[in-house]
Order: sequence, then C-alpha cells, then structure tokens
Amino acid sequence: MLTRPEPPPEAERARAICAAHGDRPDALIEILHELQHELGFVPEAALPAIAHALNLSRAEVHGVVSFYHDFRRSPPGRHIVQICRAESCQSMHSDALCNHATASLKTGFGETSADGEVTLQAVYCLGNCALSPAMMVDGRLYGRVDPKRFDQIMTNTRKGAQE
Amino acid sequence: MTRVFVPRDSAALSVGADEVAIAIAAEAKKRGLKIDLVRTGSRGLLWLEPLIEVETPKGRIAYGPVQPEDVTSLFDANFLSGARHALSHGHPDDIPYLKRQERVTFARIGVIDPVSIADFTAHGGYEGLRKALEMKPLEIVTAITESGLRGRGGAGFPAGIKWKTVHDAEADQKYICCNADEGDSGTFADRMLMEGDPLTLVEGMTIAAIATGATQGYIYVRSEYPHAIATLKRAIANAVEANYLGNDIRGSGKSFWLTVRTGAGAYICGEETAMLESLEGKRGMVRPKPPIPALQGLFGKPTVINNVLTFGAAPQVLARGAQYYKDFGMGRSRGTQAFQLAGNIRHGGLVEKAFGITLRELIYDFGGGTQSGRPVRAVQVGGPLGSYLPEAQFDLPMDYETFAANAAMVGHGGIVVFDDTVDMAKQARFAMEFCAIESCGKCTPCRIGAIRGIEVIDRIIAGIERDKNLLLLDDLCQTMVDGSLCAMGGLTPMPVQSAVKHFPGDFDRPAKLEAAE
Repeated sequence: MLTRPEPPPEAERARAICAAHGDRPDALIEILHELQHELGFVPEAALPAIAHALNLSRAEVHGVVSFYHDFRRSPPGRHIVQICRAESCQSMHSDALCNHATASLKTGFGETSADGEVTLQAVYCLGNCALSPAMMVDGRLYGRVDPKRFDQIMTNTRKGAQE
Repeated sequence: MTRVFVPRDSAALSVGADEVAIAIAAEAKKRGLKIDLVRTGSRGLLWLEPLIEVETPKGRIAYGPVQPEDVTSLFDANFLSGARHALSHGHPDDIPYLKRQERVTFARIGVIDPVSIADFTAHGGYEGLRKALEMKPLEIVTAITESGLRGRGGAGFPAGIKWKTVHDAEADQKYICCNADEGDSGTFADRMLMEGDPLTLVEGMTIAAIATGATQGYIYVRSEYPHAIATLKRAIANAVEANYLGNDIRGSGKSFWLTVRTGAGAYICGEETAMLESLEGKRGMVRPKPPIPALQGLFGKPTVINNVLTFGAAPQVLARGAQYYKDFGMGRSRGTQAFQLAGNIRHGGLVEKAFGITLRELIYDFGGGTQSGRPVRAVQVGGPLGSYLPEAQFDLPMDYETFAANAAMVGHGGIVVFDDTVDMAKQARFAMEFCAIESCGKCTPCRIGAIRGIEVIDRIIAGIERDKNLLLLDDLCQTMVDGSLCAMGGLTPMPVQSAVKHFPGDFDRPAKLEAAE
C-alpha cells in the first residue's frame, strides 16, 4: 500500500498563511513577509506549497523570493544588525562604523557570525538621515551611532536577549 | 491633568524617546502626579530629539534633547508648569527653525496624536474632504490643476493632469496608489508624515478617489519603515470606524477602501511601474511606458500614482483653495516643499518652505553648517540619483526648472551635506555601485552599464589612462541616459557626471605603477 509522505511543517504553515490571505497571488509579498516573520527565513520547502495555493508556477514564486533583498533563504543569527551604507550615513563616516562592526562582530556583511549570534547586513537608507549614521538591530532603529555607541547597543542587545 | 507630549517618530525613538517616556511616567507616579502622556509625531527639529513638550495655560513649552537621566531634574524644576530648565526652548512655535518655516502639509505634525480622529478634526483635518464631497469630481480635479501642485516624488509631473486622465478614463475599476517607498538617502519627510499625521495622507487619497471615481487604494510602504506601517494601519482602522473610509463615506454615497502594502527592500520599487508590479505580488521589474499607469496601471486599470506628499498637499488645496497654495513658490514650482536636511549637518531635520529658497539658506541659516564643524564641500540634492553640487552653486533657488537647467534636480527635497573630507571619486563610484545593486535588470544600459561604470571609475581612481577612461565614462553615462528604461539607469549618471564636472581634482590621481600592469 502506498502512503503519501508527510508534507514538511513549513509547507503546512505556508498553506495556512496563504489561506488567511484568500490565496490571492497579489498578496505573495505579504505572505512571504509573514512566513519569514514566523520562521526567520523563507524555507525552500515552503515554495511549492505557496505556488500551489496561489496558482503560480514555482519559478514565479522563486523569482519573487530571490528578487527582494528582504527575503532570506537560510536561518539568520539570533540578532540581525543592519547598518546603513547610503550617502547620508557615508557623510558621517559610516565606513569607519562598518569596519568597526565587521571587526568586533567577527563577521562580514551578508554573513552570520560563526557562533550564530549575529547576522550583519548592509541597508540603503533607514530614513534617519538627520541623525546619521543609522542602524537597526532586531527591528529597532538607532541614530548617531559611532563605534562606542555601537558597542553599547550590542552589549545591551545581548543582555536583553538573556533576560 | 497636565498633558506631556513625547514624540514617537522613528528618529526620536532612535535616540531614546521611548526610554524618556517611560522615565517620565515612572517619575510622575513616584511623585504622585497625574499626567496625560501623549505620543505625537516629531516637529522635525531632529537634532533636538527627543524634544518633549508640556501643555501650560500659556501654551506649550518644549524641552530637548531630553535623556532619561534628565527627567528627575525636569520634575525638580517643575517643568510640568513650563518652568525654566537648561533644556528649555520656550514655545516650540517660537524656535527660529520652526518659526521661519511655512508649514502647510506638516502643520499638525508633532502637535496632535497621529491616529486620533478627534485630534485631527479639531486641528482642521478632513476640512478638505468635506469641501470635496460638496464638489463635482471635475471641480476637484480643476482645483488641483489650478493650485499648480506637482508630483513630490521627484519627477514633478503636474498632479492635476494625472488626476484628469484617470477621471476621464472609462473603466469598471480604478485605483489610487500612494508611493511611500521612500528609498532615497537623505529623505524622511514621507516617513514623518506617515508617522506623525497619517490621516492627512488618508484624507488626500480619499479626495483623489472621489475626484477620479476610484474605490480602492493602496499605500506601498518600504519595509524599512515598520513604525510608519503600524501607524498607518491604526489610522486607517480609526478612519473606517469613524466612516471617513469604507462604504458611503459620511453619508455621501461614495466608497473608498484603503490597504497598506509592505515592500521588501527593493529601491527600484520606488519607480512607479516597478511598484505596480510589486503591488501585484511580482518581481519589481520596470514596465515600459506607454501605456501610462493613469490608463493601464494596477491590474491593468486606470490608476493615480502619487507620492505621500503630493496626496498630503491635496487637503489644504481643497480646504483653503487653489489660490492659497499657488501663492507659495516661484516660477512653475508652486506651493511648499518639504526639504530634508541630512548627512553631515548640525541642525538636521525637516524644513517646509515655499519653493525659491536657496540651498545656502537651507544649509547655513537652517542647518547651521556641518556637524563636524569643517567646511561644506559638496551637497547631494534629490537623492542618490541627484547631482553633487559645490559651494559655487549654493545660491541656486530650489525650483524644478532652475535645477534642471543646471544639470541637477530638486527631486524629493533631500539635501545631504558632506564636509571637506569627502572623496568625490568614491562617491561617484558608489553611485554606480548602488545602481548595480538595485537595478531591476530589465534593460541593458542599467544592468550592465552600472557594472562597467564601477570598473571604469576604478581605473580612473587607480590613475590608469585617466583621459581615455574619463572619455569612456562620459560615453557610458550618455548611453545610460539615452537607453535606460527608467530613471534608475537614466539618472545614475547625474551624481557621477556632476562629481566629475565640479570636483575634477578628485579624479586626477597619480598612477599606481603596480596597478598599471
């Protein structure tokens, strides 16, 4: 007797989120945001389920996931650190901040530290340009970030996560 | 009960406004004092954030920048009655930075609770919509046309013409789309309005819907603005509850529904046709024009697409009349522009002023020069696709036509200041790099041109065959201008060529022998 393989749990979640959006293909980006919010990333195993629910091809879903910078294909570190590298922050020496960040976090941009603690990302404008340099840690915005303040923020972030 | 106002604008939060609000509430409780803590938008004096205000019988009194450790001394000094303190600035409206402005679209920002319909209407909100509901759709369109309002997103296309096109189009469904994908570095005015007075945007879009016959609207907000998204959603829910949105708005028989959509970190989705694709759940690939979105836009239907501040200006045009709005400005640039002072600037923030003000006034009179205290060397106006201008051009008035005639653009009004430590060749290289990162990839001049641009500038920086490579860069830029499908590839040459033109010394590097093969 043939038994169907169990669908992966990510696919189940993806299907539920699609259903909550009425399986509307124009909601694809919202759906991917929600999935990533829940799981931390957009797992490959969820894509066929989304494609099926929205009546899209898997290529179309893959195309959208890979187009947008926001969507991650693998799990991130415990904390997500995004530093603005656009012009306004450049004018306030974000280059020095970026060098400090890569050295102190021991990870490069677009990478996760070996201990899985921090994912470091470049962003292009957080809309805090009067208080440059700006960065965002786990969705929280900070302004006027120099290397010293960066260290304080990271210490507090790690401490906050432990409490 | 004394009302204390603490901003919850992202910029204020980024320097500790939440911690200050918590400290004030705790200190008041400790002292047995009853206060009404109201969270507002920001006045836009961002270097003073967190800038808190207290309501007194003599009007509001402002204190800032306040840190949590200042709170005890504020209470000791009796700031709740507006008493003097080292951080006191007196009446906020008397602070010169604010007093010299012409706040039209941003009149309520920092004053009201952003999501309160009662606060909004008590300060003149929905007056424009009330007038619009008494008018024929074409009369609304005519008022917008006569006001001279032009698209605030950067291109400056007359809003009235766009609205008229959608008004005249025959369709079973029309849409109103707000482009709130404010991705330009140096700009934050859209965010401030969405966080500080979102109902002004909602009102403006509702007016556009009634003028054109649209019944569904979308606000496309970049994901980097989580607070703006949350505030908009709450404001919309409150507007629906008060029947300012939904079916049969205020008993008028008109219907309009509004949905907030979140972007996903793609700069190109600030281009209107890429935004439409993204709203349809697709990759943000630019569409060729024609057809124009006003005729075949979202889901192929006639669509008004305007920037946050274009819709944001509409309520005042209706409430006070086209002439009132038109009386601000110069030449064909009518009304006010929200200038954003950013980067290496002492007094960064929002300056709403009529068109015609000069860069010098903005940078020095308002901005107070650089934050670093060093001389200003260059400013980039109009975002990452705007020109870099030297001091010699600081007396240009902010006007679409004047800037265009000087190979520059006003854009969305962002002004990023650089001091004399800036390396303009590096900035030119970054413009190409940014285009390479953010290009949608549809057209070759942008997709490939940006990469070749980085390589050519790298050779110039390395001092390799400078003259030949500068000529090649010029040729490449011309190809991008002529051959790109949209402004991403078409305007990237603007910062590059302006840097070469105004700061040639930075491109004249000695040859590195080892790099010259």
